[in-house]
Amino acid sequence: MLSQYIGVVITFALGAVIVLGMVSGSMIFGARSTSRRADKDEVFECGNPSSGPARGRFSVHFYLVAILFIVFDVEVVFMYPWAIVFRQLGVPGLVEMLTFVAILGFGLAYVWKRGALAWD
Amino acid sequence: MGAILFLVLAVLTIAAALGVILHPNPVKSALFLIVTLFLLAVVFVLLEAHMIAALQIIVYAGAIMVLFVFVIMLLNLGIDDPDRGRRQVVLRGLAWLGGIVLAVELALLVRGGPAGNTAAAPAGYGGALAVAQSLYTDFLLPFELTSILLLVAVVGAVVLAQKQRRPTIS
Amino acid sequence: MGLIEVGIAGVKAFAVLMMVLNLSAILLWVERKGSALIQDRIGANRANIFGIMPFNLGFINTLIADPLKLLTKEDVVPKGADKFLHFLAPFLAVFPVLVTFAAVPFGDQLVIGDTVINLQVADLDIGILYVLAMSSLAVYGVVLGGWASNSRWALLGGIRGSAQMISYEIAMGLALIGVIMTFGTLDLQAIARAQGHHFFDVIPAWGIIYQPLGFLIFLIAGIAESKRVPFDLPEGESELISGYFTEYSGMKQAAFMLSDFAESVVVAGLATTLFFGAWQVPFLFRDGFHFPGGAIVALPHLVVVVMQILSFTIKVFVLCIFQILVRWTLPRYRYDQVMDLGWKYLLPLALANMLVTGVAIVLLG
Repeated sequence: MLSQYIGVVITFALGAVIVLGMVSGSMIFGARSTSRRADKDEVFECGNPSSGPARGRFSVHFYLVAILFIVFDVEVVFMYPWAIVFRQLGVPGLVEMLTFVAILGFGLAYVWKRGALAWD
Repeated sequence: MGAILFLVLAVLTIAAALGVILHPNPVKSALFLIVTLFLLAVVFVLLEAHMIAALQIIVYAGAIMVLFVFVIMLLNLGIDDPDRGRRQVVLRGLAWLGGIVLAVELALLVRGGPAGNTAAAPAGYGGALAVAQSLYTDFLLPFELTSILLLVAVVGAVVLAQKQRRPTIS
Repeated sequence: MGLIEVGIAGVKAFAVLMMVLNLSAILLWVERKGSALIQDRIGANRANIFGIMPFNLGFINTLIADPLKLLTKEDVVPKGADKFLHFLAPFLAVFPVLVTFAAVPFGDQLVIGDTVINLQVADLDIGILYVLAMSSLAVYGVVLGGWASNSRWALLGGIRGSAQMISYEIAMGLALIGVIMTFGTLDLQAIARAQGHHFFDVIPAWGIIYQPLGFLIFLIAGIAESKRVPFDLPEGESELISGYFTEYSGMKQAAFMLSDFAESVVVAGLATTLFFGAWQVPFLFRDGFHFPGGAIVALPHLVVVVMQILSFTIKVFVLCIFQILVRWTLPRYRYDQVMDLGWKYLLPLALANMLVTGVAIVLLG
């Protein structure tokens, strides 16, 4: 099994070389600017002067989505090994996983009712 | 051959971990942490714990670090500028000293402990089937209790985030 | 673990990566010309060779002129942006997507003399988990791309894009649970081989017959994950200019666009492997065709292998074309509609699918 990973390592190496070559392509072959005009480096805001650095108030919903993602990702991750041995476990296995999912389903319902999933 | 591979990986992992704590830019620290977790997953693969390696990347490097990165970017944590005042220097020195003492203690404990088992792992040792078979038979109760733990986390996060009734953080 | 095995693995890895990249390029051309057909216009046909017919169908434009143009554009890093992160973001957007194909089987096996070469770069025991792990790393390219632009609008596009991607990752993972329950393994080559038999000797036992709802959920979640229309709000053409990759020019922008198509190919590849029998051709076994009437057509080994690889490629291509058709037909979803669909509809639906599959397996054995 471990010997299979040599394929993974080679793919990583080849992929890294290809993507690095691509991304640095225009750094190497790209035109060089002869005029250092101040406006060219400004960020693009349809002509308006920049409205300030990327700072300020962002909705807290992004944080909530990330936390919910972690929790449900862990739930899915528990389901993968269960799905493999499901046929051996039979009905007790189904009941076990149903309990797990039901408890987390309560969590989802609570989040839903509290409106944390709304207007994200 | 396996020892050389492990040595290289260990040095890289420690270097990445040092990058996490020593780099002033918080976003790059988070990136170093992702690299550290990825290298740890590779170490797990070397130890034949394939399932755990994949889960490490899916959950830790792919979910928890996303949360870290979101928070760093949304709060726009600035560059960490270490204070040069005398009190800070003394505290930092004490922290380094404590860290070195801890590392030496751990090294002595590990060397004095029972020798590791260098026999080859049985076939299918860390694969998904082996993990699944022991998880859902011997460790059923901890598995069910985990769901309650996760429920607590969800409810806690929602309560904390909605405490102020104002949907913005600044 | 000799040099020959490493060499074979290298050749396979190179072939797979070239296939993904070339397929992405071809899909770009298909998208431009196909969208022109759908919208009743001509599309790109200006770059051609003396105006001769096959060369003014737009692929000189798409495959030669555009990449050359992007390569020679000036690489502008906006003021105040971190140069290293600006370089790293497109790399992180493309690289994880390219390496997922290491676990996808593109054929059964190739027997040369004594050696049996498994037509898959790495036959991992945890194949599906590897693919999902690499896909989950693709989120960082998006969010870093928005951050490294030092622009509030790019950052907003980046955060929204990554929030959308992680929401649909859960639905994707859950949709696959039904498939794993049916086949009982995470190994992609084993799942591909298990779809080789036929029901009643006529209907091929492909995954979609076992899991039609799972396929639907997976496809929708996959399209949302690759941020294609109708879920392309993070890119938000005509709203946020280019969203999270506004401040990228030249090949870095090309890398972000490549990641769009490469993710399409990955979603199509995974869907093909799990739901459409991967490289299986109906009635084709290792020694030739076994038709239901009893007729047997023996075929040489190489012909069988080529047919299987072709079958895989065609299936992936068809699924990609379907995604392109969807893109040019549907309008864009609003952001809260996108998140609603992911959390309130697909997630409970996938859980229900898992429950029904579990009951069915227990009842039918």
